[in-house]
Amino acid sequence: MQLSREDLKTAYTKMRTIREFEERVHKEFATGKIPGFVHLYAGEETSAVGVCMQLNGIDHITSTHRGHGHCIGKGCDIGGMMKEIYGRQGGLCKGKGGSMHIADVGKGMLGANGIVGGGPPLACGAALAAKVRKTGGVAVAFFGDGAFNQGTTLEAMNFASVYQLPVFFVLEDNGYAETTSSDWSIGGHNPVRRAEGFGIPGERVDGHDFFAVYRAAKEAIDRARTGAGPQFLHVEFTRYYGHFEGDAMTYRPPGEVTEERNYLDCLSFFRARVTSAGLLDKEVLDEIDRDIARLIDRAVLDAQAAPPPQAADLTTDVYKSY
Amino acid sequence: MSKKSFRQALNEAMRQEMERDPAVILMGEDIAGGMGAKGEQDAWGDVLGASKGLMPKFGRDRVFDTPISESAFIGAAAGAAINGLRPIAQLMFVDFFGVCGDQIINQMAKFRYMFGGKATTPVVIRTLFGAGLRAASQHSQCLYPIFTHVPGLKVVIPSSPYEAKGLMIQSIRDDDPVIFFEHKALYDTAGEVPDEPYAIPLGKANVLRQGGDVTIVALGRMVQFAMQAADALAKEKVECTVIDPRTTSPLDSATILESVTKTGRLVIVDEANPRCNVATDISALAAQNVFNALKAPIRMVTPPHTPVPFAGELEDLYVPSPATIQAAAIETARYH
Repeated sequence: MQLSREDLKTAYTKMRTIREFEERVHKEFATGKIPGFVHLYAGEETSAVGVCMQLNGIDHITSTHRGHGHCIGKGCDIGGMMKEIYGRQGGLCKGKGGSMHIADVGKGMLGANGIVGGGPPLACGAALAAKVRKTGGVAVAFFGDGAFNQGTTLEAMNFASVYQLPVFFVLEDNGYAETTSSDWSIGGHNPVRRAEGFGIPGERVDGHDFFAVYRAAKEAIDRARTGAGPQFLHVEFTRYYGHFEGDAMTYRPPGEVTEERNYLDCLSFFRARVTSAGLLDKEVLDEIDRDIARLIDRAVLDAQAAPPPQAADLTTDVYKSY
Repeated sequence: MSKKSFRQALNEAMRQEMERDPAVILMGEDIAGGMGAKGEQDAWGDVLGASKGLMPKFGRDRVFDTPISESAFIGAAAGAAINGLRPIAQLMFVDFFGVCGDQIINQMAKFRYMFGGKATTPVVIRTLFGAGLRAASQHSQCLYPIFTHVPGLKVVIPSSPYEAKGLMIQSIRDDDPVIFFEHKALYDTAGEVPDEPYAIPLGKANVLRQGGDVTIVALGRMVQFAMQAADALAKEKVECTVIDPRTTSPLDSATILESVTKTGRLVIVDEANPRCNVATDISALAAQNVFNALKAPIRMVTPPHTPVPFAGELEDLYVPSPATIQAAAIETARYH
């Protein structure tokens, strides 16, 4: 499978944007300037980008606690995202949602979710709407290894199977549901077989390898889009930060994250692959890095300078009509 | 007696009851933490650390980390409770009630009545609630009015470390399902807590302060705010009685009505959204029973009818404060 030079640049740009965004939020959170509960996606970039590159404006995604990467993958505005995370005017949700509820419905991003397993039924609904309205759209449910044991997820998989809905279930298995190992918590220890039990074809991929995720996502979404019903993907990787910012991660063996960063980092893999194959020059990638660093810098400065919501905002947006 | 945090008080209550009664077990997501992982076991001791140390002490035979499957483990706690155990199950945040509501509302609450009095369900559902941590719409709700509405459930809302320990011990010993609400913003508050076990009965209000001008009824974190408001009001020569009902089901209506009969003026502070909450319930109670004693309209201090916002500036407006309580009490006191 050959990606065009432009596709490769897009893939790298999006993954690097997620990484830079998350590394920066991590730093800013430590200064105390970002309120609330923040869950970072660094280390998992291949999934959001490899999957969302197969999508377009008619498609929808649902997300998890760890939603920044999915937002960037689906094309949400970086400045609006950062302002939302700071709880400021101009945020994607006017500062009312924050990191855990960041969303842009107009972009087909139906929200990060504070409820584990909240997303998969909603993705079924988006797929149902696409099917009834004959838009040709598909829906992607991103969910974690924790949510894979939640009743809502399993019901959604059955529902999608029964109605043969164009839903792509993407299990982002980063090894830990909060502190609990996914090796322990997923009974049967074989997610693909679990999906097959619902009549949903699936495969497992190495989430450190963008090209593996991209290929599997493309095949699955092409099938879903052409009427083959729901699809499943088990992506294995790790998260570089805690369950939430402030989690000391003592449940992980010492050195686990350093080892992953040093030897299994998806961005390093990508760079090595495309430069050694002569597909993109190192200089091109370095320039992308610099551009993104500036973009994120500006987003942080703008967010910090933006005014907080106004008191009157407290009681608006509860209903469409009163 | 020594100074302990709300978190330590809960921990001590659970530890002492587990020592006393081998039928008491503990279950929940990351209730110890690190299950199946290669790092530290008991890494969290639940998300805010109230269960820390219990797994090392009692072992994984009595302290169960669960998959993120609330319906399954909350329901399993109920099933175990009608079969000889006395489970404490942690529903991490009460907002997650949304994914296990059936097991609480249709199952455990109903067993005794539906089965003609032949089932006993001694289960405690510990759950975190309340705003103030910038945790936004899906991790900040109160929701205790929903559980108060359901016959068969007891609803306990401790307001201090002392209350937390005594009410937890009684909740574990109680033979009915108890939903035990722990306000996140109280976890690091400290107070005098006896070292030995003690039980505070359910359905017996605590009168924290006696004053003849206004009765203030407050729950959970709002009790502290009401006390601060009452202190400030005393300087303005308005003397308040402050009542903490401790439990909304059963509700100690006698203590509340007795006080309102004396003061004739009632302010109810409830962090839950204003429609069909505990404030409306107590308001109706007073209007129905001591109407002739009332000298002023009953005032309710609550958040607005909105979800909990994320931005700090909005959340601070959302949550009742000592100042808003004080303003309501003054208005009530001066009404003629």
